[in-house]
Amino acid sequence: MDNDRRKFLKIAGLSTIAGLGAPAAFEMLLKGEAPRSALASAPSHGAAAAAPAGKQYGFVINTKVFADMPGLANKCIEACHSIHNVPDFQNKKDEIKWIWETKYHNAFTVENPHLAHNVEERNFMVLCNHCANPSCVRACPTKATFKNDDGMVLMDYHRCIGCRFCMAACPYGMRSFNWRDPRGVDKETGRPFIARINPEFPTRMRGVVEKCSMCSELVEKGGIPKCVEVAGNTGAIIWGDLNDKNSAINKVLAENFTIQRKPELGTQPSIFYIV
Amino acid sequence: MNIKYDAGKIIPGLIIFVLFMTFPIWYNMGNAGTIPNPEKPANGARQCVAETKFMRTDHMVLLNDWRDEVIREGKRQKIEIDGVHYEKSLQNGCMHCHANKEKFCDTCHTYASVKPYCWDCHFNFGETLKGEKL
Repeated sequence: MDNDRRKFLKIAGLSTIAGLGAPAAFEMLLKGEAPRSALASAPSHGAAAAAPAGKQYGFVINTKVFADMPGLANKCIEACHSIHNVPDFQNKKDEIKWIWETKYHNAFTVENPHLAHNVEERNFMVLCNHCANPSCVRACPTKATFKNDDGMVLMDYHRCIGCRFCMAACPYGMRSFNWRDPRGVDKETGRPFIARINPEFPTRMRGVVEKCSMCSELVEKGGIPKCVEVAGNTGAIIWGDLNDKNSAINKVLAENFTIQRKPELGTQPSIFYIV
Repeated sequence: MNIKYDAGKIIPGLIIFVLFMTFPIWYNMGNAGTIPNPEKPANGARQCVAETKFMRTDHMVLLNDWRDEVIREGKRQKIEIDGVHYEKSLQNGCMHCHANKEKFCDTCHTYASVKPYCWDCHFNFGETLKGEKL
């Protein structure tokens, strides 16, 4: 009996020591392993603020110009959606959008009972804010969404597992989920969901999240985003590097009063609206 | 049934069973099936972005590397091989020479019983998508 108790206490004591020591040992081992993974050392972790030396592309959207030029916004939207093979399900529930228009109260949350009537009724072009501190990137468990060196928040659709954490994390609702196969057709009418295909850009598949890519496929080859191209010299959309003091966008920002969407959340959105 | 008394039935039975279950193995012994013969590019190109031997075994690695370079690092410059420029892209690069997926990609993929999901999103220019030929 006495002997048994002795043994028991010995084992209990040793287990306690092992239990306390194991996590520390495990951590040491893990530290040794970490750099071996290529993804772990990728520079694109969203938790860190954008380096001031790096680029941070952003947009200034002049809502006055859009208000004066009816039809311009739709041209931008259609151009974007057609070059990116964005499907049209004609169904609010399944809808996929990269860029669209919405009313002031949907875009901004600041309560102002005395808001100018024309601003309240005005349409605001909304798209991914390409935040300097994006919450979606931190939420993504597979690093499918990431921030690149140009400050764009991008999607690698190959890695997306469709968990939609990013959609929950985005405070602006700028992401859409493919509930249906975008390559399919409407069962009743036989209408293809993608009316005209751009064979140079892929589609997505059912079960992935998608959003505005700031036309990285064009910008990285020296081009400009499609919506900016369509807006042309109307001054409706100005695009450029916010970290470059001499860029055209910084000149516009210095001369005009602009507002951002929900800046209080600390995501540092890169879209500025002239109202 | 007892092995001691019914060995005459059990052992031949077992032998027949084993032979029957392994039938596909010895029936196809030394026969690799119809060796796939992927179609050479119809546009006359005979030089790929890497050695044929490498491409045969490691094209998927190359495609994954291209994907990471293009999407994550924004390295979209074309690669030059013997004065010809190639886009680092399945859809806008590879498929321009290897235009027929059925006669090129599928021949080996079917043979090796692999089902890559490339064409869930990328276009195969031979396919008819919703009746519209690409």
